[in-house]
Amino acid sequence: MKIAILINEGPYTHEATDSAYLFARAAIEKGHQVSRVFFYHDGVNNSTRLTEPPQDDRHIVNRWARLGDEHKIDLVVCVAAALRRGIKDENLAPGFRISGLGQLVEAGIQADRLVTFGD
Amino acid sequence: MLHIVNKSPLERNSLDTCLATAQPGGALLLIEDGVYAATAGHAAAGKLSAAMDKLKVYALKPDLEARGMAERALEGVTLVDYGGFVDLVTEHATCQSWL
Amino acid sequence: MSEGQIKKFMYLNRKAPHGTIYALESLEVVLIAAAFDQDVSLAFMDDGVYQLKKGFNTKGIEVKNFQPTYRALDDYDINKLYVEKEALEARGLGAEDMCVPVEVLSRAEIGKLMETQDVILSF
Repeated sequence: MKIAILINEGPYTHEATDSAYLFARAAIEKGHQVSRVFFYHDGVNNSTRLTEPPQDDRHIVNRWARLGDEHKIDLVVCVAAALRRGIKDENLAPGFRISGLGQLVEAGIQADRLVTFGD
Repeated sequence: MLHIVNKSPLERNSLDTCLATAQPGGALLLIEDGVYAATAGHAAAGKLSAAMDKLKVYALKPDLEARGMAERALEGVTLVDYGGFVDLVTEHATCQSWL
Repeated sequence: MSEGQIKKFMYLNRKAPHGTIYALESLEVVLIAAAFDQDVSLAFMDDGVYQLKKGFNTKGIEVKNFQPTYRALDDYDINKLYVEKEALEARGLGAEDMCVPVEVLSRAEIGKLMETQDVILSF
């Protein structure tokens, strides 16, 4: 099955992105395709390459990028929400791309399921 | 359909609204702080047990464990891991996250 | 976008305006959604009904007033707006307090409507 994910909160403050990541990984392990993860609202903060968590903590940005790379997940960061919050191509982590809200609606149309994680 | 609640029922009204809105035959999955509702002795346990007549109730075990509440899981609640979460999403035509 | 497929999208709003950005940013999604020729409906539950309380004057908090955008939704052929009856009652509001024409439905009726959707986006 083709599954899309919407993440509405940033890393570390909310559990939303962790839940979404573990859900995505489990979906892939079960043979499903995670077609797109759309980062919206403060969720855009999951994509900055300036993120530097302590060494003994999970690196939320990097693990999304790695999962995306390994399983061809389209990691899309909403442009309007990103610009509001200072996320631009120059500080975007590899593996993510900035695009419009149409990508969220399109994900809803094309995927069999869309699961939202937020606050 | 699948209803997902991630909020503590003593902090937000997400569970109440979900239970009042959900139609019989659906499923409810409690995740994140939502799992506290699925613990014995909780003020919300009564209404959750009452809802089991019309909804199948699940709770995400890793979230219960992380909070030291796994051994308190309410009777009638099915514990699932993230793979079980995925199955619930694929088994139901739509899902709604009561953020 | 796949071949002329029309899905039923419900945008469910349960948060008050201004205190957080969810109301505004969810409205932005709805405006984009209009361009995709899908079957769009909006539901307002809990504090989400405050998003439609008419008479926003945001000058004092120095934030853009996005209420006129709700009134423009009809121009985009988005006219299925549902408001939760119990939420209005609990807040001392009525349909006449809303800035746009809405259909007032009980929670159970909204629940039935949700069952008919393909995608529910919740903010």
